[in-house]
Amino acid sequence: MSFDVDIRRAIGDRTIAIAFRTDHPLVALVGPSGIGKTSILDMVAGIASPDRGHIAINGDILFDSDAGINRSIAQRHAGYVFQDRRLFPHMRVRTNLLYGRRTGMAVDMDDVLDFLGIGHLLDRWPSNLSGGEAQRVAIGRALLSGPRFLLLDEPLSSLDRHRKSDILDAIDQIRRRSPIPILYVTHDMGEAERLSAMIVTMTDEG
Amino acid sequence: MSLKVSLVAVAFSLPGCFFIAWMLARWRFPGKLLVDALVHLPLVLPPVVTGWLLLLLFGMNGPVGRWLWDVLGVTLLFRWTGAALAAGIMAVPLMVRAIRLSIEAIDRRMESAAATLGASRLRVFFTISLPLALPGILAAVILGFARSLGEFGATITFVSDVPDETRTLPIAIYAAMQMPDGESMVTRLAILSMILSLGALMASEIMVRRIARSRYHVI
Repeated sequence: MSFDVDIRRAIGDRTIAIAFRTDHPLVALVGPSGIGKTSILDMVAGIASPDRGHIAINGDILFDSDAGINRSIAQRHAGYVFQDRRLFPHMRVRTNLLYGRRTGMAVDMDDVLDFLGIGHLLDRWPSNLSGGEAQRVAIGRALLSGPRFLLLDEPLSSLDRHRKSDILDAIDQIRRRSPIPILYVTHDMGEAERLSAMIVTMTDEG
Repeated sequence: MSLKVSLVAVAFSLPGCFFIAWMLARWRFPGKLLVDALVHLPLVLPPVVTGWLLLLLFGMNGPVGRWLWDVLGVTLLFRWTGAALAAGIMAVPLMVRAIRLSIEAIDRRMESAAATLGASRLRVFFTISLPLALPGILAAVILGFARSLGEFGATITFVSDVPDETRTLPIAIYAAMQMPDGESMVTRLAILSMILSLGALMASEIMVRRIARSRYHVI
Protein backbone atom coordinates (compact mmCIF):
# COMPACT_ATOMS: atom_id res chain seq x y z
CA MET A 1 0.00 0.00 0.00
CA SER A 2 1.78 3.18 -1.08
CA PHE A 3 -0.63 5.50 0.75
CA ASP A 4 -2.91 4.78 3.67
CA VAL A 5 -4.13 8.11 5.01
CA ASP A 6 -7.12 8.92 7.19
CA ILE A 7 -6.72 12.15 9.12
CA ARG A 8 -8.81 14.91 10.60
CA ARG A 9 -7.81 18.25 12.07
CA ALA A 10 -9.87 21.16 13.29
CA ILE A 11 -8.51 24.60 12.43
CA GLY A 12 -10.64 27.33 13.96
CA ASP A 13 -14.22 26.39 13.24
CA ARG A 14 -13.35 24.37 10.13
CA THR A 15 -12.42 20.75 9.90
CA ILE A 16 -9.94 19.47 7.38
CA ALA A 17 -10.35 15.78 6.79
CA ILE A 18 -9.23 13.33 4.15
CA ALA A 19 -9.10 9.57 3.72
CA PHE A 20 -7.63 7.49 0.91
CA ARG A 21 -5.91 4.12 0.49
CA THR A 22 -4.17 3.23 -2.70
CA ASP A 23 -1.32 1.36 -4.36
CA HIS A 24 -1.01 4.02 -7.02
CA PRO A 25 2.44 5.63 -6.76
CA LEU A 26 1.18 9.12 -7.58
CA VAL A 27 -1.79 10.63 -5.84
CA ALA A 28 -3.06 14.08 -6.80
CA LEU A 29 -5.01 16.06 -4.23
CA VAL A 30 -7.27 18.33 -6.23
CA GLY A 31 -9.47 21.07 -4.85
CA PRO A 32 -10.00 24.82 -4.86
CA SER A 33 -7.53 27.15 -3.15
CA GLY A 34 -7.98 27.54 0.58
CA ILE A 35 -9.58 24.14 1.09
CA GLY A 36 -6.65 22.90 3.19
CA LYS A 37 -4.52 20.97 0.72
CA THR A 38 -1.29 22.43 2.07
CA SER A 39 -2.41 21.60 5.62
CA ILE A 40 -2.72 17.96 4.54
CA LEU A 41 0.85 17.98 3.18
CA ASP A 42 2.08 19.64 6.40
CA MET A 43 0.47 16.84 8.40
CA VAL A 44 2.04 14.17 6.22
CA ALA A 45 5.45 15.88 6.56
CA GLY A 46 5.05 16.21 10.33
CA ILE A 47 5.05 20.01 10.43
CA ALA A 48 1.49 19.93 11.79
CA SER A 49 -0.24 17.14 13.70
CA PRO A 50 -3.71 15.80 12.94
CA ASP A 51 -6.18 15.68 15.81
CA ARG A 52 -6.73 12.02 15.07
CA GLY A 53 -6.28 9.41 12.40
CA HIS A 54 -3.32 7.64 10.84
CA ILE A 55 -0.77 8.15 8.07
CA ALA A 56 1.20 5.28 6.59
CA ILE A 57 3.31 5.44 3.46
CA ASN A 58 4.78 2.26 1.91
CA GLY A 59 3.77 0.46 5.08
CA ASP A 60 5.77 2.91 7.20
CA ILE A 61 3.57 4.30 9.99
CA LEU A 62 4.29 8.02 10.40
CA PHE A 63 1.34 8.93 12.58
CA ASP A 64 -1.29 6.95 14.43
CA SER A 65 -3.30 8.67 17.11
CA ASP A 66 -4.66 5.36 18.47
CA ALA A 67 -1.22 3.83 18.86
CA GLY A 68 0.31 7.11 20.06
CA ILE A 69 2.78 7.24 17.17
CA ASN A 70 3.91 10.64 15.89
CA ARG A 71 7.31 10.56 14.21
CA SER A 72 9.28 13.82 14.20
CA ILE A 73 9.68 15.86 11.02
CA ALA A 74 13.31 14.85 10.60
CA GLN A 75 12.54 11.14 11.04
CA ARG A 76 9.88 11.05 8.34
CA HIS A 77 12.28 11.72 5.46
CA ALA A 78 9.73 13.58 3.38
CA GLY A 79 10.95 15.22 0.20
CA TYR A 80 8.77 18.28 0.60
CA VAL A 81 8.75 20.81 -2.26
CA PHE A 82 6.96 23.81 -0.81
CA GLN A 83 4.73 26.06 -2.86
CA ASP A 84 6.88 29.02 -1.76
CA ARG A 85 10.02 26.87 -2.34
CA ARG A 86 11.75 27.96 0.87
CA LEU A 87 15.28 27.94 -0.48
CA PHE A 88 17.58 29.13 2.30
CA PRO A 89 18.37 32.75 1.39
CA HIS A 90 21.77 32.79 3.11
CA MET A 91 23.15 29.78 1.25
CA ARG A 92 24.19 29.40 -2.35
CA VAL A 93 22.34 26.91 -4.56
CA ARG A 94 25.04 24.28 -3.99
CA THR A 95 24.74 24.47 -0.21
CA ASN A 96 20.96 24.44 -0.46
CA LEU A 97 21.09 21.28 -2.57
CA LEU A 98 23.49 19.54 -0.20
CA TYR A 99 21.64 20.52 2.98
CA GLY A 100 19.74 17.26 3.38
CA ARG A 101 22.50 15.05 2.05
CA ARG A 102 23.93 12.32 4.23
CA THR A 103 26.77 9.95 3.50
CA GLY A 104 25.99 6.69 1.79
CA MET A 105 23.00 7.94 -0.16
CA ALA A 106 21.88 6.17 -3.26
CA VAL A 107 20.75 9.29 -5.13
CA ASP A 108 23.43 10.44 -7.53
CA MET A 109 24.10 14.18 -7.39
CA ASP A 110 25.29 14.56 -10.99
CA ASP A 111 22.32 12.61 -12.25
CA VAL A 112 19.85 14.89 -10.44
CA LEU A 113 21.67 18.07 -11.55
CA ASP A 114 21.64 16.74 -15.08
CA PHE A 115 17.99 15.84 -15.53
CA LEU A 116 16.79 18.97 -13.70
CA GLY A 117 19.21 21.09 -15.75
CA ILE A 118 20.49 23.04 -12.74
CA GLY A 119 24.20 22.24 -12.91
CA HIS A 120 25.06 25.78 -14.03
CA LEU A 121 23.25 27.39 -11.08
CA LEU A 122 25.37 25.98 -8.27
CA ASP A 123 27.19 29.20 -7.38
CA ARG A 124 24.15 31.47 -7.58
CA TRP A 125 22.19 32.88 -4.65
CA PRO A 126 18.52 31.87 -4.45
CA SER A 127 17.47 35.50 -4.89
CA ASN A 128 19.08 35.54 -8.33
CA LEU A 129 17.07 32.60 -9.69
CA SER A 130 14.02 32.81 -11.90
CA GLY A 131 10.82 31.15 -10.74
CA GLY A 132 11.40 28.04 -12.84
CA GLU A 133 15.04 27.73 -11.76
CA ALA A 134 14.12 28.12 -8.09
CA GLN A 135 11.44 25.46 -8.49
CA ARG A 136 13.87 23.01 -10.03
CA VAL A 137 16.45 23.70 -7.31
CA ALA A 138 13.76 23.10 -4.68
CA ILE A 139 12.88 19.78 -6.31
CA GLY A 140 16.56 18.90 -6.51
CA ARG A 141 17.10 19.70 -2.83
CA ALA A 142 14.21 17.45 -1.86
CA LEU A 143 15.43 14.57 -4.08
CA LEU A 144 19.02 14.79 -2.84
CA SER A 145 17.93 14.36 0.76
CA GLY A 146 17.09 10.75 -0.12
CA PRO A 147 13.38 10.99 0.66
CA ARG A 148 11.07 8.02 1.25
CA PHE A 149 8.25 9.90 -0.47
CA LEU A 150 7.72 13.20 -2.25
CA LEU A 151 5.27 15.97 -1.39
CA LEU A 152 4.77 18.48 -4.19
CA ASP A 153 2.70 21.54 -3.36
CA GLU A 154 1.40 23.29 -6.50
CA PRO A 155 4.79 22.92 -8.21
CA LEU A 156 3.53 24.61 -11.37
CA SER A 157 1.98 27.67 -9.80
CA SER A 158 3.48 31.02 -10.81
CA LEU A 159 5.30 29.50 -13.80
CA ASP A 160 4.68 30.28 -17.45
CA ARG A 161 3.48 27.54 -19.78
CA HIS A 162 6.91 26.67 -21.12
CA ARG A 163 8.35 26.27 -17.60
CA LYS A 164 5.33 24.24 -16.56
CA SER A 165 6.05 21.56 -19.15
CA ASP A 166 9.72 21.51 -18.02
CA ILE A 167 8.69 20.76 -14.46
CA LEU A 168 6.13 18.15 -15.57
CA ASP A 169 8.87 16.45 -17.61
CA ALA A 170 11.10 16.48 -14.55
CA ILE A 171 8.37 14.84 -12.47
CA ASP A 172 7.98 12.15 -15.16
CA GLN A 173 11.74 11.58 -14.95
CA ILE A 174 11.57 11.20 -11.18
CA ARG A 175 8.84 8.59 -11.49
CA ARG A 176 10.83 6.64 -14.01
CA ARG A 177 14.03 6.70 -11.97
CA SER A 178 12.90 6.23 -8.41
CA PRO A 179 9.71 4.43 -7.51
CA ILE A 180 8.90 6.46 -4.38
CA PRO A 181 5.29 7.49 -3.68
CA ILE A 182 4.39 11.03 -4.66
CA LEU A 183 1.61 13.16 -3.19
CA TYR A 184 0.88 16.01 -5.55
CA VAL A 185 -1.28 19.00 -4.67
CA THR A 186 -2.94 21.09 -7.35
CA HIS A 187 -6.08 23.09 -8.03
CA ASP A 188 -5.91 22.16 -11.72
CA MET A 189 -7.59 18.90 -12.73
CA GLY A 190 -5.82 19.00 -16.10
CA GLU A 191 -2.42 18.75 -14.43
CA ALA A 192 -3.50 15.73 -12.44
CA GLU A 193 -4.79 14.02 -15.57
CA ARG A 194 -1.65 14.84 -17.52
CA LEU A 195 0.36 13.01 -14.81
CA SER A 196 -2.11 10.09 -14.91
CA ALA A 197 -2.35 10.28 -11.17
CA MET A 198 -4.90 8.77 -8.90
CA ILE A 199 -7.13 11.75 -8.18
CA VAL A 200 -8.48 12.55 -4.74
CA THR A 201 -10.89 15.45 -4.84
CA MET A 202 -11.18 17.65 -1.80
CA THR A 203 -14.41 19.42 -1.03
CA ASP A 204 -15.65 21.17 2.07
CA GLU A 205 -15.98 18.70 4.93
CA GLY A 206 -14.25 16.25 2.53
CA MET B 1 40.52 51.80 29.07
CA SER B 2 37.12 52.70 27.66
CA LEU B 3 37.63 50.37 24.71
CA LYS B 4 38.66 47.47 26.88
CA VAL B 5 35.76 48.00 29.27
CA SER B 6 33.23 48.26 26.44
CA LEU B 7 34.55 45.26 24.52
CA VAL B 8 34.51 43.06 27.60
CA ALA B 9 31.08 44.36 28.57
CA VAL B 10 29.59 43.51 25.16
CA ALA B 11 31.40 40.19 24.79
CA PHE B 12 30.20 38.92 28.14
CA SER B 13 26.64 40.17 27.95
CA LEU B 14 26.06 38.96 24.37
CA PRO B 15 25.43 35.24 25.09
CA GLY B 16 23.11 36.08 27.98
CA CYS B 17 21.29 38.67 25.92
CA PHE B 18 20.85 36.17 23.09
CA PHE B 19 19.42 33.60 25.47
CA ILE B 20 16.98 36.08 27.04
CA ALA B 21 15.99 37.39 23.61
CA TRP B 22 15.36 33.84 22.37
CA MET B 23 13.31 33.09 25.48
CA LEU B 24 11.21 36.22 25.05
CA ALA B 25 10.75 35.69 21.32
CA ARG B 26 10.02 31.96 21.23
CA TRP B 27 8.95 30.59 24.60
CA ARG B 28 5.74 30.96 26.48
CA PHE B 29 6.15 30.79 30.22
CA PRO B 30 4.56 32.28 33.31
CA GLY B 31 6.24 35.48 34.43
CA LYS B 32 7.32 36.41 30.90
CA LEU B 33 6.01 39.94 31.42
CA LEU B 34 8.10 40.28 34.56
CA VAL B 35 11.27 39.07 32.80
CA ASP B 36 10.57 41.50 29.97
CA ALA B 37 10.15 44.36 32.44
CA LEU B 38 13.28 43.41 34.43
CA VAL B 39 15.35 43.35 31.24
CA HIS B 40 14.23 46.86 30.39
CA LEU B 41 14.75 48.18 33.91
CA PRO B 42 18.24 49.65 33.32
CA LEU B 43 16.75 51.68 30.47
CA VAL B 44 14.30 53.55 32.68
CA LEU B 45 15.97 53.48 36.10
CA PRO B 46 18.27 56.40 36.90
CA PRO B 47 21.77 54.97 36.26
CA VAL B 48 22.71 55.98 39.79
CA VAL B 49 20.11 53.55 41.10
CA THR B 50 21.46 50.75 38.90
CA GLY B 51 24.96 51.49 40.23
CA TRP B 52 23.64 51.48 43.79
CA LEU B 53 21.90 48.12 43.23
CA LEU B 54 25.15 46.70 41.85
CA LEU B 55 26.91 48.02 44.92
CA LEU B 56 24.37 46.27 47.15
CA LEU B 57 24.84 42.99 45.26
CA PHE B 58 28.56 43.05 44.55
CA GLY B 59 29.86 45.15 47.45
CA MET B 60 31.91 43.49 50.15
CA ASN B 61 28.77 42.89 52.20
CA GLY B 62 26.53 42.08 49.24
CA PRO B 63 25.61 38.42 48.68
CA VAL B 64 27.47 38.06 45.38
CA GLY B 65 30.39 40.28 46.34
CA ARG B 66 31.03 38.37 49.56
CA TRP B 67 30.91 35.03 47.76
CA LEU B 68 33.33 36.25 45.08
CA TRP B 69 35.76 37.45 47.74
CA ASP B 70 35.49 34.40 50.02
CA VAL B 71 35.61 31.76 47.29
CA LEU B 72 37.65 33.31 44.51
CA GLY B 73 39.39 36.11 46.32
CA VAL B 74 38.35 38.71 43.77
CA THR B 75 36.26 41.83 44.00
CA LEU B 76 34.80 43.98 41.28
CA LEU B 77 34.81 47.09 43.43
CA PHE B 78 37.11 49.85 42.16
CA ARG B 79 38.26 47.52 39.38
CA TRP B 80 37.86 47.83 35.62
CA THR B 81 35.99 44.53 35.66
CA GLY B 82 33.36 46.28 37.78
CA ALA B 83 33.17 49.07 35.25
CA ALA B 84 32.66 46.45 32.55
CA LEU B 85 29.88 44.83 34.58
CA ALA B 86 28.10 48.16 35.01
CA ALA B 87 28.48 48.97 31.30
CA GLY B 88 27.28 45.48 30.35
CA ILE B 89 24.17 45.72 32.51
CA MET B 90 23.33 49.12 31.05
CA ALA B 91 23.69 47.70 27.52
CA VAL B 92 21.40 44.70 28.14
CA PRO B 93 18.02 46.33 27.30
CA LEU B 94 19.21 47.65 23.95
CA MET B 95 20.94 44.42 22.98
CA VAL B 96 18.06 42.15 24.00
CA ARG B 97 15.62 44.32 22.08
CA ALA B 98 17.66 44.28 18.86
CA ILE B 99 18.30 40.53 19.01
CA ARG B 100 14.70 39.75 19.91
CA LEU B 101 13.42 41.68 16.90
CA SER B 102 15.76 39.77 14.61
CA ILE B 103 14.72 36.42 16.08
CA GLU B 104 11.06 37.31 15.65
CA ALA B 105 11.80 38.23 12.04
CA ILE B 106 13.23 34.78 11.22
CA ASP B 107 11.04 32.99 8.74
CA ARG B 108 9.83 29.97 10.71
CA ARG B 109 8.98 28.27 7.43
CA MET B 110 12.72 28.06 6.69
CA GLU B 111 13.19 26.19 9.94
CA SER B 112 10.48 23.66 9.12
CA ALA B 113 11.91 23.26 5.62
CA ALA B 114 15.29 22.41 7.14
CA ALA B 115 13.63 19.89 9.44
CA THR B 116 11.98 18.09 6.51
CA LEU B 117 15.48 17.70 5.06
CA GLY B 118 16.41 15.68 8.12
CA ALA B 119 18.12 18.38 10.19
CA SER B 120 18.05 18.02 13.97
CA ARG B 121 16.82 20.93 16.07
CA LEU B 122 20.38 21.82 16.97
CA ARG B 123 21.44 21.82 13.32
CA VAL B 124 18.42 23.93 12.37
CA PHE B 125 19.43 26.42 15.05
CA PHE B 126 23.06 26.73 13.98
CA THR B 127 22.59 26.59 10.21
CA ILE B 128 19.28 28.42 9.78
CA SER B 129 18.08 30.39 12.82
CA LEU B 130 21.40 31.84 13.95
CA PRO B 131 22.65 32.97 10.51
CA LEU B 132 19.26 34.52 9.72
CA ALA B 133 19.38 36.45 13.01
CA LEU B 134 22.96 37.60 12.40
CA PRO B 135 22.24 41.14 11.18
CA GLY B 136 20.23 41.80 14.33
CA ILE B 137 22.97 40.36 16.51
CA LEU B 138 25.52 42.65 14.87
CA ALA B 139 23.20 45.60 15.35
CA ALA B 140 22.92 44.62 19.01
CA VAL B 141 26.70 44.56 19.33
CA ILE B 142 26.97 48.06 17.84
CA LEU B 143 24.26 49.44 20.09
CA GLY B 144 25.67 47.73 23.16
CA PHE B 145 29.17 48.94 22.38
CA ALA B 146 28.02 52.51 21.84
CA ARG B 147 26.01 52.41 25.05
CA SER B 148 28.97 51.00 26.99
CA LEU B 149 31.35 53.67 25.69
CA GLY B 150 29.10 56.39 27.03
CA GLU B 151 28.23 54.72 30.33
CA PHE B 152 28.78 57.08 33.26
CA GLY B 153 26.19 57.09 36.05
CA ALA B 154 26.12 53.43 37.06
CA THR B 155 29.88 53.12 36.65
CA ILE B 156 30.85 56.04 38.86
CA THR B 157 28.36 54.95 41.51
CA PHE B 158 29.53 51.35 41.48
CA VAL B 159 33.31 51.53 41.04
CA SER B 160 33.90 55.31 41.44
CA ASP B 161 36.85 56.98 39.73
CA VAL B 162 40.15 55.16 40.08
CA PRO B 163 42.84 56.47 37.69
CA ASP B 164 44.18 53.77 35.34
CA GLU B 165 41.59 51.30 36.62
CA THR B 166 38.03 52.50 36.24
CA ARG B 167 38.65 55.85 34.58
CA THR B 168 36.71 55.38 31.36
CA LEU B 169 36.46 58.25 28.89
CA PRO B 170 33.29 59.84 30.25
CA ILE B 171 34.63 59.64 33.78
CA ALA B 172 37.99 61.09 32.73
CA ILE B 173 36.18 63.98 31.04
CA TYR B 174 34.12 64.60 34.13
CA ALA B 175 37.24 64.48 36.31
CA ALA B 176 39.07 66.91 34.04
CA MET B 177 36.16 69.31 34.20
CA GLN B 178 36.51 69.43 37.96
CA MET B 179 40.12 70.56 37.68
CA PRO B 180 40.83 74.31 37.50
CA ASP B 181 43.06 74.07 34.40
CA GLY B 182 41.49 71.01 32.83
CA GLU B 183 39.88 72.71 29.86
CA SER B 184 42.37 71.63 27.20
CA MET B 185 42.28 68.12 28.65
CA VAL B 186 38.48 68.09 28.35
CA THR B 187 38.69 69.21 24.74
CA ARG B 188 41.24 66.55 23.86
CA LEU B 189 39.26 63.79 25.55
CA ALA B 190 35.97 64.93 24.07
CA ILE B 191 37.47 64.86 20.56
CA LEU B 192 38.97 61.44 21.23
CA SER B 193 35.60 60.23 22.43
CA MET B 194 33.88 61.52 19.31
CA ILE B 195 36.45 59.91 17.02
CA LEU B 196 36.18 56.62 18.89
CA SER B 197 32.39 56.51 18.82
CA LEU B 198 32.14 57.60 15.22
CA GLY B 199 34.81 55.09 14.16
CA ALA B 200 33.10 52.24 15.99
CA LEU B 201 29.72 53.06 14.51
CA MET B 202 31.08 53.37 10.99
CA ALA B 203 33.12 50.19 11.21
CA SER B 204 30.10 48.22 12.36
CA GLU B 205 27.89 49.79 9.77
CA ILE B 206 30.32 48.81 7.01
CA MET B 207 30.46 45.29 8.43
CA VAL B 208 26.68 44.92 8.50
CA ARG B 209 26.37 46.31 5.01
CA ARG B 210 28.93 43.95 3.61
CA ILE B 211 27.09 40.99 5.09
CA ALA B 212 23.70 42.30 4.12
CA ARG B 213 24.72 42.90 0.54
CA SER B 214 26.30 39.58 -0.22
CA ARG B 215 24.16 37.22 1.78
CA TYR B 216 20.85 38.62 2.84
CA HIS B 217 18.13 38.89 0.31
CA VAL B 218 14.43 38.35 0.42
CA ILE B 219 13.35 35.76 -2.15
